[in-house]
Amino acid sequence: MQRHFDEELKELHRDILKMGVLAQEAIYKSIEALKSRDKLLAQEVIKADDKIDELELSIDERCIDLIARHQPMASDLRFLTTGMKINAELERIADLALDISQRVLEIADKPLLKPLVDIPKLSVIAQNMVRDAINAFIKRDVDLAKKVLLSDPEADRLRNFVSDELVNDYMAKDPKTADRAVPLLLIARHLERICDHTTNIAEDVIYMIEAKVVKHHPEKL
Amino acid sequence: MYKIITKNLNLWYGDFQAVKNVNASFSENKITAIIGPSGCGKSTLLRIFNRMNDLIEGVRTSGEIIVDQENILDKGIDLVDLRKKIGMVFQRPNPFPLSIYENVVFGQRVHNSLRKPELDSLAENSLRSVLLWDELKDKLHKSALSLSLEQKQRLCIARLVAVKPEVLLMDEPCSTLDPQATQRIEELMRELKNNYTIIIVTHSMQQAARISDDTGFMLLGELIEFGKTDNIFTNPLDKRTEDYITGRYG
Repeated sequence: MQRHFDEELKELHRDILKMGVLAQEAIYKSIEALKSRDKLLAQEVIKADDKIDELELSIDERCIDLIARHQPMASDLRFLTTGMKINAELERIADLALDISQRVLEIADKPLLKPLVDIPKLSVIAQNMVRDAINAFIKRDVDLAKKVLLSDPEADRLRNFVSDELVNDYMAKDPKTADRAVPLLLIARHLERICDHTTNIAEDVIYMIEAKVVKHHPEKL
Repeated sequence: MYKIITKNLNLWYGDFQAVKNVNASFSENKITAIIGPSGCGKSTLLRIFNRMNDLIEGVRTSGEIIVDQENILDKGIDLVDLRKKIGMVFQRPNPFPLSIYENVVFGQRVHNSLRKPELDSLAENSLRSVLLWDELKDKLHKSALSLSLEQKQRLCIARLVAVKPEVLLMDEPCSTLDPQATQRIEELMRELKNNYTIIIVTHSMQQAARISDDTGFMLLGELIEFGKTDNIFTNPLDKRTEDYITGRYG
């Protein structure tokens, strides 16, 4: 039977996809701003965050409205509750891109401490994970969601590598490098947190599709 | 612990098979909801449990219904005793055109010869168990027909409780009540399940989700899925259950 509710769910789906695209764009631009030391681009990311926050509120409102009016069950209920969680994760991801942009503004006028190698690598992993998590949600693809979860250890490894390098090879040897090293250290941390939020999305997607809770239970994967 | 277990249960109205090979176990001191579209056989299933369908001409059953190690479909079963043990609450409350007091003690008057003080205490306890005592203690000799719909439904439950049943069958007990009265009856059911096994047939999936511990979904006489209510309403295993509870069926 055709349901009007399905049309409303499709609209919600589109909005969450839009939220995902905006979050991906924010990460991409913040890293481009870092690489090219482009303060204007960093400011653009900061400014765009208001739009993402507004969209987050509107998606939340729409979910609550649909739950109140339709009292959904089973797969509809899982879709709506997952949609709300993914919405919040994407908003946090966009906030972290904003944090990266703020760090870029802190170091943009100073000489670069070292050539950027591992942070861009980490940013590629983060962007791919966000893209795959959103696609897993859109296409209801459990395998893709699992792939996202498997990417996280590499992100952790890279972040630890970046931190060790900045602390041991720069700050420990010359404390005066701290004002340029700490923002880079934080950027690596922000990117790693983005990956963590993305694994939350992947876990939520698996719950939405299979009603299986893998959060805190990796053995269930 | 299961109170009622059905084994390969079938029922025919003449040539029409209304219940098809139902195998299910109903837990003691739990609420089990039976849901499904109109005509799916859910009320028929409920009525088999105290052999109400025996009153209909041309009805035939096969299989077993085990209650306390006894097959209640056996020919030798005493139907009066069975209906005392397994009572039913109907869609529309049906108090007798007697006083509130007489309604409550009616069953015991039929089954036993209790004396007045015993009957008084029975009336009080039964009305207390359905949370009507405080409201009605000064009006016990008024006609039961003067009560509100919700009070009448509670009174019918009190009338059942007074004969000390073990199982309460409820066929759409809230369908004629407003949302507040429905909520109060649901609260009552939660209280009652501490002492009784309750099986409820309901058209309201929200009601089934709110109050039941287990849920069975029926379609065209078959029990399609039976399990924990939490699972049925978040992750049904059968696509037909999913389609029904999400409103895609039809």
